[in-house]
Amino acid sequence: MKFYVPPQIPRLALAFAIFITLFLVLRHFLVPDTFGKYGHYRAASLIDNAQPEIHYAGQQACFKCHQDIEDKKAQDVHSEIHCETCHGPGEKHVVSSKVEDILKPSGREFCGSCHIINAGKQKSAINQIDLNKHNVGKNCIECHNPHQPWEMKK
Amino acid sequence: MDPHYQHLYDILAHSQGYIFPNEIELQWGILIVVYPFITGLVAGAFILASLERVFKVRILQPTYQIALLTALSFLLVATMPLISHLSQPQRAYEIMITPHSSSAMAIFGFVYLWYLMVVLLLEIWFDYRHSMVVWANEKKGIMKWVYRILTLGVSDISPRTVRWDRKMGYIITVVGIPSAFILHGYVGFIFGSIKANPWWSTPLMPIIFLFSAMVSGIALVMIVYMVITYFRKKVIDLDVLDSIGKYLFFVLILDFTLEGLDQIHRIYVAEESFEIIKLLVSGKLYLTLFIAQGLVGTIIPLITLVFLQFYKHKIRVRKTMYFIVSILVLIGVYSMRWNVVIGGQLFSKSFSGFTSFKVGLIGLDGTLMAAFWLILPIGILAFLLWLLPPWRMVKEEEEI
Ligand code: HEC
Ligand code: HEC
Ligand code: HEC
Ligand code: HEC
Repeated sequence: MKFYVPPQIPRLALAFAIFITLFLVLRHFLVPDTFGKYGHYRAASLIDNAQPEIHYAGQQACFKCHQDIEDKKAQDVHSEIHCETCHGPGEKHVVSSKVEDILKPSGREFCGSCHIINAGKQKSAINQIDLNKHNVGKNCIECHNPHQPWEMKK
Repeated sequence: MDPHYQHLYDILAHSQGYIFPNEIELQWGILIVVYPFITGLVAGAFILASLERVFKVRILQPTYQIALLTALSFLLVATMPLISHLSQPQRAYEIMITPHSSSAMAIFGFVYLWYLMVVLLLEIWFDYRHSMVVWANEKKGIMKWVYRILTLGVSDISPRTVRWDRKMGYIITVVGIPSAFILHGYVGFIFGSIKANPWWSTPLMPIIFLFSAMVSGIALVMIVYMVITYFRKKVIDLDVLDSIGKYLFFVLILDFTLEGLDQIHRIYVAEESFEIIKLLVSGKLYLTLFIAQGLVGTIIPLITLVFLQFYKHKIRVRKTMYFIVSILVLIGVYSMRWNVVIGGQLFSKSFSGFTSFKVGLIGLDGTLMAAFWLILPIGILAFLLWLLPPWRMVKEEEEI
């Protein structure tokens, strides 16, 4: 008996071949040019990623003009906290030196964002106070110097 | 307060205890709940169809094509929740053209494509080929061409060729069962392999997903069968319902046992994460886990199904009961997906705090979008049933 090939099988094979070829052709055009140059990504994305505006300057940049504050901060408990953690992104201010370009935080909630009493935080890691009990009615910085908390103002 | 911090305060007000900064916003929302739910329906419906084919469960014959078409309509939509969740649809194809073998998620495109092209479409094609050739000859005008294109221009319907259709269909079903297992086991694997999350990280996850998938798929086919028969003004075959119900019952028991096993293991081992999980389960997940998934989605259907197994009831009531049980089971499986996806993100990996989840209504990641992706497959199914009506198919003589 002659070997029988049911007609639908070669037709299907053809359909699949067309599909796969189409996929490969499309893939050829769709894969970005610089893909795989350094690794499994589009090399040109490095350039894209370098484009966005810089917001944070890093605290070394602040020392150039505000060394006095750093000297204070370095002596006390806030030494590990970088300037921009409290003052917000500072790149614009570093360039312009303008007062409007930098935040000057104030208010009890601000200090509370780290120091508010919280059962989930360990007391040994960060000292916490009850905002509703600790010297209510007065701003924290009236007594504590934000850069040197234990250097109490009068 | 400085506007700089205002935003943070608003979100933080909803969290409890200590959480890590990157946990404030839940990354996986309601669409990621819908996605495994839909793939589960696909895998489940397909496995029910395969049962009929491979194990020759003749009684399920009327649901065979319905199950396949249901699987297809949901599979066509399965990736959509992911794509709309990522909200960059114009980039969706990239996962296919530059896949990376070290990422389970990146391989999904191929798992999906294999299942769609090699399993479902082929099985349906071989199953319908004979009928489509006949329809192409009967119809006039544009429909004639539609069917002709669907047959890929092969018009040979000699008994020998048709026998090959069935042979191929059988082979594909045999390949298809492990494929369906892989498709859905894979979804569970994605969660189970996340080591850092104690609520997800268990090797049982793929298996649990698989069994709940079967539960939901079988329930869905039962509903679809009843609704279709109702609209065609035909009598619902109670023997069919009874045997689907029997499978639903067995699979539901297995699913329940496996999930119970998982929880018992968790309780017994009581790792350091256990305290927070206990709080999670008895607090934020209480409604969706104990009430929706456990009571409504498992216990009540199980009791009802046991009852139906042993107690032949008045006919009308039995139909309604099957219908309600199927709906409850679907609600239960949906809640299970919710409990896994959302539950796993509701507690902090510091084990000392909880985040909170608020479902949005609009937007690419909102409830309306999720509802749309759940309703669309029903429309597709209606279209497919119109294009390829199982009840107009050419009868094959019984063999193979
Ligand atoms: C090029 C020098 C320079 C650099 C670099 C610089 N500043 Fe300033 N900064 C100034 C000057 C000048 C003023 C204005 C002083 C004044 O008017 O009393 C100022 C004022 C400030 C003020 C007070 C704003 C106010 O509302 O009163 C803050 C806060 C401040 N700087 C923070 C920073 C931080 C944080 C950095 C690092 C990211 C930084 N500065 C870097 C020059 C600099
Ligand atoms: C713990 C948060 C915190 C950190 C860290 C911090 N600051 Fe401040 N800074 C404040 C607050 C609060 C004020 C407002 C003080 C006031 O109004 O009296 C302030 C005020 C200032 C001023 C205005 C002049 C003054 O002394 O009142 C300058 C300049 C300044 N900071 C610079 C810096 C620089 C530079 C650093 C990093 C070396 C830094 N700050 C780190 C909280 C902080
Ligand atoms: C970015 C988080 C942060 C902010 C904002 C912050 N602190 Fe602190 N503070 C710390 C950390 C960290 C320490 C060091 C750990 C410790 O000993 O509590 C500390 C220590 C202190 C201490 C000493 C506590 C002790 O046990 O010795 C005082 C007092 C204090 N801060 C006051 C303030 C005041 C006042 C403000 C508002 C101007 C403020 N802090 C804002 C993080 C913060
Ligand atoms: C009236 C001045 C005053 C004000 C206003 C004030 N403090 Fe204090 N704070 C003190 C003194 C004095 C101490 C040390 C004695 C004590 O523990 O009460 C202290 C202690 C602390 C400590 C260490 C707590 C401990 O148990 O060792 C922290 C943290 C602190 N303050 C943060 C704040 C914050 C945040 C604010 C603003 C919400 C604030 N303080 C406002 C005077 C003040």
